[in-house]
Amino acid sequence: MIPLYWWLVVAAALFCIGLYGVLSRKNAIGVLMGIELMLNAVNVNLVAFWRYVTPQTLTGQVFAIFVITVAAAEAAVGLAIIIAAYRRRDTVIVDELDIMRW
Amino acid sequence: MEFFFNLVPLIPLIPLLAFAAIVLFTHRNNRLSSNIAIGGIALSTLVSWGVVLATILAGEHVQVEGWELPIPWLPTGTTVFNTGFAVDGFTAAMLFMVPFVCTMIFIYSQGYMNLGQPNQDPRYARFFAYISLFAAGMLGLVVADNLLLLFISWEVMGLCSYLLIGFWSFRDRDNEQHIDEAQVKRARAAALKAFITTRVGDVLLFSGLALLFSYTGTLTFREIFRPDMLEHLGSISLLGMPAVTVIALLAFGGAVGKSAQFPLHVWLPDAMEGPTPVSALIHAATMVAAGVYLVARMLPLFVAGFETANAPALQWVAVIGAITAFFGATIGLAQDDIKRVLAYSTISQLGYMMMGLGLGSLVAGIFHLLTHAFFKALLFLGSGSVIHGMEHGHHAAGAHGQTSQHDDGFSANDMKTMGGLRHKMPRTFWPYMAGTLALVGIVPFAGFWSKDEILAEAFQRWQESGALGLPFWVWLAGTLGALITALYMGRQIALVFWGEPRHEAATHAHESPNSMTGPLMVLAVFALIGGLANAPFLGSPLHHFMGGVHEASEVVHSATVSFNFAVAGLSTVVALLGLLGGWAIYRNYRAGEVEPFQRWLGPIFTLLRNKYYVDELYQLVIIRPVVWLADQVFNFDNRWVVDPLVNLVGAVGRAAADISLLFDKVAVDSGLVEGTAKAFNAFGGWLRQTQTGRVQNYLLVVAVTVLMLLGLYLYL
Amino acid sequence: MPTNVVQIVVFAILTLMTLGGGLGVVSSRNLFHGALFLVLSFAGVVGYYVLLDAGFLAAVQLLIYIGAIAILILFAIMLSRGLMSQRQSQRNEQWWIALLVVVLTFVVLAVVLWQVDWPVASDQALASPSVAISQLGQELLGPYVIPFEVASVLLLVALVGAVILARETET
Repeated sequence: MIPLYWWLVVAAALFCIGLYGVLSRKNAIGVLMGIELMLNAVNVNLVAFWRYVTPQTLTGQVFAIFVITVAAAEAAVGLAIIIAAYRRRDTVIVDELDIMRW
Repeated sequence: MEFFFNLVPLIPLIPLLAFAAIVLFTHRNNRLSSNIAIGGIALSTLVSWGVVLATILAGEHVQVEGWELPIPWLPTGTTVFNTGFAVDGFTAAMLFMVPFVCTMIFIYSQGYMNLGQPNQDPRYARFFAYISLFAAGMLGLVVADNLLLLFISWEVMGLCSYLLIGFWSFRDRDNEQHIDEAQVKRARAAALKAFITTRVGDVLLFSGLALLFSYTGTLTFREIFRPDMLEHLGSISLLGMPAVTVIALLAFGGAVGKSAQFPLHVWLPDAMEGPTPVSALIHAATMVAAGVYLVARMLPLFVAGFETANAPALQWVAVIGAITAFFGATIGLAQDDIKRVLAYSTISQLGYMMMGLGLGSLVAGIFHLLTHAFFKALLFLGSGSVIHGMEHGHHAAGAHGQTSQHDDGFSANDMKTMGGLRHKMPRTFWPYMAGTLALVGIVPFAGFWSKDEILAEAFQRWQESGALGLPFWVWLAGTLGALITALYMGRQIALVFWGEPRHEAATHAHESPNSMTGPLMVLAVFALIGGLANAPFLGSPLHHFMGGVHEASEVVHSATVSFNFAVAGLSTVVALLGLLGGWAIYRNYRAGEVEPFQRWLGPIFTLLRNKYYVDELYQLVIIRPVVWLADQVFNFDNRWVVDPLVNLVGAVGRAAADISLLFDKVAVDSGLVEGTAKAFNAFGGWLRQTQTGRVQNYLLVVAVTVLMLLGLYLYL
Repeated sequence: MPTNVVQIVVFAILTLMTLGGGLGVVSSRNLFHGALFLVLSFAGVVGYYVLLDAGFLAAVQLLIYIGAIAILILFAIMLSRGLMSQRQSQRNEQWWIALLVVVLTFVVLAVVLWQVDWPVASDQALASPSVAISQLGQELLGPYVIPFEVASVLLLVALVGAVILARETET
């Protein structure tokens, strides 16, 4: 079998790529895609830990399912917010959505 | 009857649902909203009393061992975090008192908030929603079988206290004519003060819980109090003490904040800015009782590893209790606000409860908690009725045109403006007297039995130890406190109900509506007979009912203290002397005179009136430095570094402009002028970069922080 | 357990898909291409799950991530299209700091992960993982029933919230 460490490193890499997307993308949808990548990385971790540490109990898989649920909800609401912001302010560029700035 | 135990979850749930129903659906309909709140708490009372009855009938196996309903809540990997409900004798005793007193207060509130009157409170429905949530929090705390649910309820109450104490800080500025701006400001400050002060305690409590969980992996009472678990906790050493003692002291910190013990008592008197039913709710049945309840519930942790007589955590409880009992009472002597006197009285009585618990006697402390809840609720509601009457009298006097000084800073709470009200408000007066006698501790009123039990406990402990140790000082503080309590109550009733009216408002005061006086009378009955619940000549029933709840821990033992005629006689004599003395001194007090106490005590009176300057001390030691620090930061920006720099640049610019003027347009150095502006701009822009308002900047900071923490991990 | 050469090759291909797709997502100028790269990355994760004996999750990943979320994102991109010209940069001005931080984070993470001694199960347990879907269902409706119900409420709330947020405001 492939060593656990490989999985963890791959997941960490995917997470960091997603984080980079979140931090550097101008477009809000790009940010959202970065978040999805990060969530996927978490899921890979969860499943890998399930397979290697507790293969007898399904806790890791159950948690992965919950993460997917949350990701789905987050994508729906996030995109709705982006659409609403686009309609209101005619932009999806994150830097221009700075109405909270003091 | 065992069937009733299955309904236990409903007890906190019904008021919670009432809260939700009012907030979500019925808040436009005031009458319906308050009826839902009252109906909810009344139903909850019925269920509670059913449970109490079932507990009584079930006998020892429920009263001592307890009934439980664990609910698996959060499965985390291989362990499952349980929450749930539990009932034992102690819980049942609380369940008898809490919902019932709440019901009385709710009914009273309907009258106090002027339902259906033209001056009905504009946020009437919201008030009932808040107090329902408050009651739900307290009931949840009582029936919780673990510390997490207890803490959640605890915080719910903290939130509600903030909302309710500051209830009058939100005014409907479009529709109200008379808005007392000073009152709005005071209410806002008081709400914040209560929230922040109790937060200090809450943080301590929470760190205690975290510590406990990290050592034991559970927060369920039954698990924690197993003898082997306590032994395990006692064997770990932390900060030079057994870990169990550290945890107990941290939990006591939470109780100190919530139950307004010295030195975190400062929020409670200010909390009087809330509507009076809230004061009754906070000071009698719920919030302050929560701290005492917590200490009582966790008593085995305080004792574990030591003998009851010399457990350090327990000694702290006793010392703080004794200090609070004595000092709270002395401050009460010098207050003019009718509710503030009662507030300090509450602080002092809570000190008595802590004294009882600190002596290791669960029953003595809780018995006083129960009786106190009844008579203090009665006193607060009575004072609310008096204030209500005074306000109406004030309006009536204004309407008759007999007063030219309508807005002369008249305060309906000031006892010096009252006087002679016993004829005007007889239906308030008699219950109030019952409450006073109970608080002072006159046979056979409730307070006598409960206060006496605490003093007898201390006395006996003193006799056993034979030295002038802690028990002696506790007993002395308790007895002196009883004398002072009687004195200030004598002063209060004399000022309020005897003598001549000292203001037009008092002349025109009239009796409050039945919805207010009704609960007073019901509570008066309990103030009269409540003490029988644990009267020695009846065989101390409460003792048998709940004394054994901590037996399983094998560290807390219940032993009845025999009734001690010397102690009881002394405290009764002292109480009678004080009450009659205070009454006689103040009976003929006239408006404008210097008070007798002030004449005799001089500077001490000033000290007391200013509450030993504790608030000022905090202002000096805590609030000032914080504000100072903020000022320094501000100065760094505005005065010392940034602004002078900007000014300097400006001055240079001006000088340059002057020079260019001198050269009379020959050498107009527009580059310098513009350069100045650019320097301004760049500098400002540089400073502003930290506040970009851009999410991604902020997120980057988060990422860097996480990176640093991870890097830290590498070195550990 | 011995490491199978086929497994390693498959793992390498999947890693190429996943990480390459991820890099495409964060670097492509055209957002539409980015979304397609996202699908590629998700597909790689599907392969991971198969390799990890989590067949059900692989199916779920395929259905929800590729079938729903990626498509949703594609729709959103098309709805807000024309805003971002492809010539202008898709990165904000802090991208290089972000890159630095992210690379550092990865290095630190890799080191930390290497240092930790993971409590890997015994070979015998590793050889027989519980893979029955029925067992997963029983877990969800057994010990995890409350989180399960909460998740369903969350989905409902998200549904209603998304509808309300994205609705045309009647002005």
